[in-house]
Amino acid sequence: MLVAATSVLGAVGAGFAAVPFIASMNPSAKARAAGAPVEADVSKLEPGALLRVKWRGQPIWIVHRTPEMVANLPKNDPKLTDPASEASIQPDYCKNPTRAIKDQYFVVIGICTHLGCSPTYRPEIAPDDLGKGWLGGWFCPCHGSKFDLAGRVINGSPAPTNLVIPKYTYLTDTTILVGEDGGAA
Amino acid sequence: MRPAIIAPAIFAVGLLLTPLATVASGGHGPELEEANIDLHDQASLQRGAKYFVNYCMGCHSLQYMRWQRMANDIGITEVDLRKNLLFGDAKPGDMMTTAMRPEDGEKWFGTAIPDLTLVTRWRSPDWVYSYLKSFYTDPSRPYGVNNLVFKDVGMPNPFTHLQGIQDPLVEGHGAEEHVVGVKLVEQGSLSPKEFDTMARDITTFLTYVGEPIKLERQRLGVMVLMFLGVLFIPAYFMKKEFWKDIH
Amino acid sequence: MSAESKSEVTGFLGWVDKRFPIMDVWNDHLAKYYAPKNMGFWSFFGSLAITVLVIQIVTGIWLAMSYKPSAADAFASVEYIMRDVDWGWLIRYMHSTGASFFFIVIYLHMFRGLMWGSYRKPRELLWMIGMVLYLAMMATAFFGYLLPWGQMSYWGAQVIVNLFAAVPNIGPDLSVWVRGDYVISDATLNRFFAFHFLLPFLIAGLVFLHIVALHRVGSSNPDGIEIKENKDENGIPRDGIPFHPYYTVKDVAGVIVFLALFAAVIFFWPDFGGIFLEPPNFQPADPLKTPAHIAPVWYFTPYYAMLRAVPPIAGSQFPGVVVMFAAILFFFFLPWLDRSPVKSIRYKGPIFRGFLAAFVVSFVVLAYLGLMPASDLYTLLARIFTIVYFAFFILMPIYSSIDKTKPVPERVTT
Repeated sequence: MLVAATSVLGAVGAGFAAVPFIASMNPSAKARAAGAPVEADVSKLEPGALLRVKWRGQPIWIVHRTPEMVANLPKNDPKLTDPASEASIQPDYCKNPTRAIKDQYFVVIGICTHLGCSPTYRPEIAPDDLGKGWLGGWFCPCHGSKFDLAGRVINGSPAPTNLVIPKYTYLTDTTILVGEDGGAA
Repeated sequence: MRPAIIAPAIFAVGLLLTPLATVASGGHGPELEEANIDLHDQASLQRGAKYFVNYCMGCHSLQYMRWQRMANDIGITEVDLRKNLLFGDAKPGDMMTTAMRPEDGEKWFGTAIPDLTLVTRWRSPDWVYSYLKSFYTDPSRPYGVNNLVFKDVGMPNPFTHLQGIQDPLVEGHGAEEHVVGVKLVEQGSLSPKEFDTMARDITTFLTYVGEPIKLERQRLGVMVLMFLGVLFIPAYFMKKEFWKDIH
Repeated sequence: MSAESKSEVTGFLGWVDKRFPIMDVWNDHLAKYYAPKNMGFWSFFGSLAITVLVIQIVTGIWLAMSYKPSAADAFASVEYIMRDVDWGWLIRYMHSTGASFFFIVIYLHMFRGLMWGSYRKPRELLWMIGMVLYLAMMATAFFGYLLPWGQMSYWGAQVIVNLFAAVPNIGPDLSVWVRGDYVISDATLNRFFAFHFLLPFLIAGLVFLHIVALHRVGSSNPDGIEIKENKDENGIPRDGIPFHPYYTVKDVAGVIVFLALFAAVIFFWPDFGGIFLEPPNFQPADPLKTPAHIAPVWYFTPYYAMLRAVPPIAGSQFPGVVVMFAAILFFFFLPWLDRSPVKSIRYKGPIFRGFLAAFVVSFVVLAYLGLMPASDLYTLLARIFTIVYFAFFILMPIYSSIDKTKPVPERVTT
C-alpha cells in the first residue's frame, strides 16, 4: 500500500519534473519574436505584380491579381489535382474558389509542396515552354510542378497539394498583416 | 557516535560562515544604504521603467531584456508600451537597447558604457540605490561630479535638476584627504523624500530586470517543497515498514 | 553465486534472460547482494552521488541545446537560457546548484570513508577508483566554470592555467598548449566545452567500475568489520540484508530529503550568498580588467589556500603547485598510511580521532581562507592549517600504530 502510494506520487513528481525539460525545447522567446507577424503595404503594388516578404524565414508572395486573372481561375478546375483545396492547407477563410480574403490580393507561401523549392512566377498567358493552356501561375524548376494563380497544383505535377496559405488579415484596405488573424481561422 | 556528530557540526559551522564570502568578492567598500525594494510593487516597477527609459537609456542599454516581456511582467499594456516607451523602429519583441553606438560612448566618456541588465546581480540593489543618491560636486572630474559609491565614475549626474546639488564631506588634510559623505546644499525640483522614492523605483526596476523570473521561481519553490513533503510521508513509512524486523 | 537459480523465468523477462544475464545482474547486485544491516545515515551519499550525476548530465545536455561555446556568444547565450528559453532558468539553476551539491555529497561520502576505514584492505582499489573519480569531477568542474564566460570564469581560468606555466622548463609552452592560444581565448573556451561535455561520461564509466569493485568485496559498515567473515549455513552473511528491498527503499527516502534541500536552494537561494553563483560572474569576461578579488569556486578553495600559503621559492610558484597536488595525491596512499589494527574510528583511540577532527577543521578553515583575499594574518593561518592537513597523512603511520584501540565486536552494532 505504501509502495503503491510512494510509486504513484513518485510518478506524478517525475511527470511534473519532465515538463520543464520538454517545454524548454519549444521555440524560445527569441524564435517567437523573430517569427512575429510581418506587415506588407500593397498600396503601390501594380496589377499583375508580385511582392515578396519574409515571414518565419519563409518567402511570402502577395500578388495583385487583375480581374482577368481572377476570371480565369475557374477555367483551370478540370486540370487540377485538388480544385476545392480539400487536401491542402489554408485558413478556413481562404477555402474558397480564389483562395483569398479579397480576390485581388493573393497571399501564399512561396514554397513548392513537393520538396521545398521556390517556384518561379509565370503570370503570362500561353508562353512557348508552358503550352497554350497556361493561364498564368507558377512553375517549379526543380521537378516541374505547376500551380495556377490561386496556388492550386495542376495534374501531372510531382507536388501533391496546393501551395500553403498562411494566416493573414487586413489592417487597412492596403496593409496586410501576415502571420496573424486574431483567431479568425 | 561522537565522530559522526563532529563532522556535521563542523560542516554546519562552515555553512554558516559562507555568507561571509559575499564580503570576499566585494572587498571593503563604502557604507551602503538599504534599498528596501519590493518586487511585488508594480506601481514602483512601472515608475522605475519610465525613469530608466527617460533618464538612463540615452546611454545605457538593457540588452538582455525584451520590451514585451518587461511590459507583461510589470503590468504595462501593449498600447502604453508602444505609445510611451517604444521609440523609432523598436518592436515589442526587441531587446531594450540604447540608440547610442558603443564606439561613440567610448569616445565621449572615456570607457565603454556598461549594459545594466545584470548590474543588481553583480553589484547588489543596495549598491545601485546608494549610487544613484551619492553624486557630489567635484571640479576635477570631466563632468563636474564624482560619486561616493563609485569613485571617479565617468558619467555625469542625470538627476541634478531633480535631486539638486550635493557637496562632499571631507576628512583629513592634504594627501590624506578623503570623502566620507555627501550633503545636499541646493535642492532640485524634488524633495529629498521624493528623490529617494525615485531612486528606489529605479532600483526596484533594475532588480526585476536582473532576474525577471525571481518571483515566479519563489512561488514554484513553495509548491515543489510542499509536494516533496507530501511525497516523503509514504516513502518514510514504507522504509519503516520494510525495516521493522531488522535489528 | 547463482548457478542454481536457473529456475524458469517466464514471459518477457524470460525472453530477455535467455539472451542477456538480466536475472543474474538483478540477483548479484540487488536482490541477493548482501549489505551490512547497520550502514545507517552515512551510507546515503553513494546513491545521492549517482542521483546528482544523473541530474548534472540531464541538465547539462539540455543546456547544451541552447548554450553557445564561443567567446562572442557564451555570456549572452546564458542570459538567453535564463530569459528566452522556456524553463531555461530552472535548468540553469539546477545545473549550477547541482555542481556545488555534487561536491558537498562527495566530500561527505569521502568523510564516511575516512570514518569507517573504507579505504582499508580489501577496498584499496575501490578507494583509488573513487579518488580518480574525484579528480575527474574536479576537472569537469574546472572546465565547466569557464563556460559562462564571466569575469570570474575568465580570470579564475587564467590564474589556474598560469599554474602550468610554473612547471620548470616546459611550463610556458605547456600552458600555451592547454589554452590553444597565448591567453585564455575563444579557442580555450571551445575546447573546455568539449572536455566538459565528455568527462561526465567517463565519470559514469568509472562509477560503473567503482560499483563493480565495491560488489566484489562487499560494502563496509560503521563498525569496520567484514560481514562476510560470519556466514550462516546457506552462505549468507549473518549481518547482511539484501540491498533490494532494504536499501533501495531507504535510498528512496534519502533522495526525497536530498531533493527537498536541493529545491530549497534552487528556488529560494540559487546564488547561495555569492558562493554558488559569484557576483563578478554576472559581468562578461573582460581581458583588460581584472576583478578586485579572484577566487576559485568554494569546492576548490582549500587547495587554493594551500597554494597561496606556500611562498615562492627561487622565484617560482611551482612549490605551491606541488603542495596543492600533493594534498590530493596523499589520499591515494591512505590504505597504506593507516597502520591501525582496526578499521573504523569507533574502535580507534583518541589520537586518531583528534587528528581526524583536526583534519576536518583544517579542511573547512582552509576552504574559508581560500575564499578570502590574502592578508598577513590569513596567510599565517593558512600555513598553520596546511601543516595540520598534511600532518594527518604524514604522521598517520606513526600515530595509527601507537594509538590505543578498543576491542572490535564479532557482530555489527547499530
